[in-house]
Amino acid sequence: MQQIPIEHILFVSTALFFIGMYGLFTRRNMITMLMSIELILNSVNINFVAFNKYLFPGKLDGIFFTIFIITVAAAEAAITIAIIINLYRTHKSIDVEDATELKY
Amino acid sequence: MSASSVIFYIISACTLVTALLAVTTPRIFRSAIWLLFSLIGVASLYFWMEVEFIAAVQIIVYVGGIVVLIIFSIFLTQESGAKMPKPALKRALFSALAVLFGFAFTYNLISKHAFTATSTQPFAVNVSDIGEQMLNPTEYGYLLPFEVVSILLLAAMIGCIVIAMKSPVKKVISENGKGVLAPRNEHKEEVDEVTS
Repeated sequence: MQQIPIEHILFVSTALFFIGMYGLFTRRNMITMLMSIELILNSVNINFVAFNKYLFPGKLDGIFFTIFIITVAAAEAAITIAIIINLYRTHKSIDVEDATELKY
Repeated sequence: MSASSVIFYIISACTLVTALLAVTTPRIFRSAIWLLFSLIGVASLYFWMEVEFIAAVQIIVYVGGIVVLIIFSIFLTQESGAKMPKPALKRALFSALAVLFGFAFTYNLISKHAFTATSTQPFAVNVSDIGEQMLNPTEYGYLLPFEVVSILLLAAMIGCIVIAMKSPVKKVISENGKGVLAPRNEHKEEVDEVTS
């Protein structure tokens, strides 16, 4: 079990974070950008659990941070989808390039 | 190499490959399904790290809640079989470069840092311990963040309803007694003139 060094778990979470970052840079569709944000939040959660397991095994603080991040991510996803549906109703499109009313 | 580490590498490879497919596939519905597999991979990583409670929460909230919500909104907003336009080559190239550079930089920092464990006792997560510390008002308890997060969830719920609500339709009684439906915002003055 402990043969896996913590660096390998951190490699996975870092790679997941930057994959989400790539999606956030290249996609212009709001739903796929939301998916990328979910990937980024998941990589942070993996980090918290791994640090708690390997470096502070007697405590539970990383677990609590993970639970709170999952809660906030759920609230954020719900709000985002409400905004997307409202935007689709007025613009008939959920491309971020089409929503420019607040730009200038 | 033991079976446990082999399982770890298989789970990690599946998670990363499906995440990469989720951000690059041109069809948005397939992208959501790949995201689903990637989140399941993360949940199995939690199972591998022996935090079963977090794994269960991950499956319930992400796989059961957020992905279903995303698929619903895909069905509501666009034809799910259509291909999305590809990103411009310049943008894709430069974001890939930025991401690769950031990854190399971060992992270089990680691999040079020496992580030292503070204690050697075994890592055991009991749900009863989590519950007791979560609702503990003394020094190391998490009662205040718990309450703040519950208020946040309530606010998010009300906010969702307010944002996604259609502008309400007011029923106005016209002169001859027949009901006339008029939207409240734009035509309020006209309707008032008609009724007066």
